[in-house]
Amino acid sequence: MAKQLMKGNEAIAEAAIKAGCRHFFGYPITPQNELPQYMSRRMPQVDGVFLQAESEVSAINMVYGAAGAGARVMTSSSSPGISLKQEGISYLAGSQLPCVIVNIIRGGPGLGGIQPAQSDYFQATRGGGHGDYRVIVYGPASVQEMVDLTMEAFDVADRYRNPVMILGDGVLGQMMEPVEFHYKPAEGLPAKDWATTGAAGRDPNVINSLSLVAEHLEEHNWRLQDKYKEATEKEQRWELYNCDDAELVLVAYGTTSRIVKSAVNQLREQGIKAGLLRPISLFPFPEKAFAQLPSSVKNFLAVEMSAGQMVDDVRLTVNGATPVHFYGRTAGVIPGPAEIIKKAKEVAGGEK
Amino acid sequence: MNVVFERTPALSDRPTHYCPGCTHGIIHRLVAEALDELGVREKAVGVAPVGCAVLAYNYFNCDVQQAAHGRAPAVATGIKRVNADNVVFTYQGDGDLASIGCAEIVHAAARGEKITTIFVNNAIYGMTGGQMAPTTLEGQKTTTSPYGRKIESTGHPIQVSEMLATLPGAVFVERVSVHDVPNIRKAKKAIKKAFEDQLNGQGFGIVELLSTCPTNWGMAPQEALEWLTGNMIPYYPLGNFRSPEEVE
Repeated sequence: MAKQLMKGNEAIAEAAIKAGCRHFFGYPITPQNELPQYMSRRMPQVDGVFLQAESEVSAINMVYGAAGAGARVMTSSSSPGISLKQEGISYLAGSQLPCVIVNIIRGGPGLGGIQPAQSDYFQATRGGGHGDYRVIVYGPASVQEMVDLTMEAFDVADRYRNPVMILGDGVLGQMMEPVEFHYKPAEGLPAKDWATTGAAGRDPNVINSLSLVAEHLEEHNWRLQDKYKEATEKEQRWELYNCDDAELVLVAYGTTSRIVKSAVNQLREQGIKAGLLRPISLFPFPEKAFAQLPSSVKNFLAVEMSAGQMVDDVRLTVNGATPVHFYGRTAGVIPGPAEIIKKAKEVAGGEK
Repeated sequence: MNVVFERTPALSDRPTHYCPGCTHGIIHRLVAEALDELGVREKAVGVAPVGCAVLAYNYFNCDVQQAAHGRAPAVATGIKRVNADNVVFTYQGDGDLASIGCAEIVHAAARGEKITTIFVNNAIYGMTGGQMAPTTLEGQKTTTSPYGRKIESTGHPIQVSEMLATLPGAVFVERVSVHDVPNIRKAKKAIKKAFEDQLNGQGFGIVELLSTCPTNWGMAPQEALEWLTGNMIPYYPLGNFRSPEEVE
């Protein structure tokens, strides 16, 4: 199939449909509106359901009902709307329901702005709602990667019976790039014999997160933790760029990683041995990538469109063995290569 | 020996946790009987609320999803939109439906979502210890209106059936009571009719059942039934507000 030029938000929607998603529940919020709009056009063409809910709260609970009924289901929103969905995401995780949630992040806190940001990293990777749970989180850096990870997200959600989140931002959501769609269903996915499809010829199925005996709830929590451990072992994704002989490794994901890649190229031209470690899975954080780095690495520099969130995971991974520095712009301001290069030179040169 | 009465199959053989004199047990049975008489237990999917009926998934012998507080109509929407052949119902109390879940119930009704809502109105929060609900009557004492509900500061009790009956998508709206046998029989008829309308693809249906909470009202069961008839029915009049015939 020939490549087609698509906006990130629309490409995610089409990827979901290609992956068998036939149910979408959403609520308008900038900068992700192209996604539900695209769904409202496409779903009727494939006998699917597009429903504009009365709120993000309702949308995520419709996702809960549809996921519990066994469907591949998606919702999308942007930061303030994702905050509203957190109650439902906690219930989805507690009830072990698979779904895909897209957060096209904008600047915060509060109503914030509508420009791109990465300031929902903590919310996404630490669970976001109440209770001991995690969602699996991907941070694509191109429209093609949005397509590929969205498709994979449905398989991963079904495999772990857990919500999966795609983190983008206004840049990735709005920009157009050539993409192609190749979805091959994953093999060995468990049958959804737990779904509430009607108890015909079997005992009733119950979708539930309530457990009033503390010891039983703890057992349930340990089972959830076992899934997260398995995901941590199997689902780490990353890219290493120019890291073979690197002395300074910049760590960045999503939109920021594209800018950092340009900065790394320019730093190399100026004789500084810089490389890029790009996390693609944000939970699980790609700790294995750090283990692959050469012993020449003297410094890490995390670059984010936030006041410093992913840098905590870099510090936890490096665990004091190597200095970890940070450079960020937040609230919708996008860092340029020049300011990143300036900071990188300070770090590489040991300057204050 | 002839069997003259037995448990209806859609009700699980399990003791409930409800307080003595509580009418939830009667309402559970009516819902289960309606499902069985219509022969739809095996395609029924219930949605349990947060509140006293949170454990309803233990009592209905059909598939059930337990929903977040007030969100049952949204969850039911998700279920029904996936499997239109399922008979989907929510079972909600007045705190769940009329307070925190007001948006969800109004919009499910407005969309004409083809689900059935069993709305148990006992004018109080039971599970959390007798707090004031949106349906608590004027002057009624609760643990958060210890001097009696005052209209000036907390507004008027919400008449859910009257409110939802203004929406064209709500094709069946009826308020019934379970305080005596004749009314229990009427309640059963209304529940069955609401399910039939769902099976016919008519639209959203709700049956509001006036119910008692002897524990949190601080009354003996018989006294509670009398309080219901003397206080609740005058403010929450019984009757049908909409039915598909009227809608056409």
